[in-house]
Amino acid sequence: MIHYIWVFMILSGVVAAAFQGKLNLVTTAALKGAEEGVSVCFGLISIMVFWLGMMRIAQDAGLLEKLAKVLRPVAKFLFPSVPHDHPAMGYILSNMSANLFGLGNAATPMGLKAMEELQKLNSDKKTATPAMCTLLALNTSGLTLIPTTMIGIRLKHGSADPTEIIGPTLLATICATIIAIMLDRYYRNRTFDATGQRKK
Amino acid sequence: MFEVVSFISNMMLPAIIVFVPLYAVFRKVPVYDSFIEGAKEGFPTAISIIPHLVGMMVAVSIFRDTGALQFYLQFLNPVLSWFNIPNEVIPIGILRPISGTGSLAFVESILRTYGPDSFLGKLASTIQGSTDTTLYVLTVYFGAVGIRSSLYALKVGLWADLAGFLASWIICSIIFMPS
Repeated sequence: MIHYIWVFMILSGVVAAAFQGKLNLVTTAALKGAEEGVSVCFGLISIMVFWLGMMRIAQDAGLLEKLAKVLRPVAKFLFPSVPHDHPAMGYILSNMSANLFGLGNAATPMGLKAMEELQKLNSDKKTATPAMCTLLALNTSGLTLIPTTMIGIRLKHGSADPTEIIGPTLLATICATIIAIMLDRYYRNRTFDATGQRKK
Repeated sequence: MFEVVSFISNMMLPAIIVFVPLYAVFRKVPVYDSFIEGAKEGFPTAISIIPHLVGMMVAVSIFRDTGALQFYLQFLNPVLSWFNIPNEVIPIGILRPISGTGSLAFVESILRTYGPDSFLGKLASTIQGSTDTTLYVLTVYFGAVGIRSSLYALKVGLWADLAGFLASWIICSIIFMPS
């Protein structure tokens, strides 16, 4: 599906530019996009290096295990296929907590580390596992208690009450997350059997 | 409520940064060595995402900047306005899963034109804040570990984005709509 979306975006862009007789728009846009991609990754380097260092301390001190133990019921419900004492669990739960408290730049390193640990449990390294899909669903639906970035932007635009949107945003993000978890369940049961093997 | 949550949120990072090494020292962990060991993985992980992210952002940028996006929106507008969803926020809904900065540009233009405290301003803020950029998260998370086949993950993410968009609209209509 991602292949089609990718080709679709490029193709319709080229056609649109050709219609306006401005094909050079494609080149500028492509280079701008590439630059943006690289600069996002470079921005990630410092965050990743720092947080992965901190997280390793937490892991070596047994803090991640503790977190996983406290949140075991949640973890068991969301990630039945991951052994509860596996290091992946600690990272998944710290990723979720970081997202919840709006610590966006700490959440990504923890999420990537969780993916790495989940990949160790994966027998087919090129195909996602059910647990990976669930982790992704939780991250894409963006469950967070306070939309800090948005509040900052509203403040910048001179809002009289920038925090007014907290309530509605929280409700909307809860809806999105519930739908994501339900759909994830639905597709998981359709794609995998009870033992975690692909159907067919 | 907000004061409490934002206080916790602001205190969280410093607290973690102090608490984790302290606790580890107490448990006799060689903290600095642990930090270096973990931090080593940061660079290769960030670098390994580059091809995935460049690939995705190039496509998004072409789609957006050539006017292709605007073109498709023309067809969607009449359909969606039939549901009483304001035309102005539709580009945000469409762009939100594809490009966070792209949809933010539309949010900012609404905030500038109508003001952050107008109904449209609040609705746009809620839509932007309620979900994350699905395509970006998918690219980065799966890219970092080399997953090629994402199975149903994209579908789930996009449906959840639609749910977040509709929920934002319904909730804002109930809470903020000038009746």
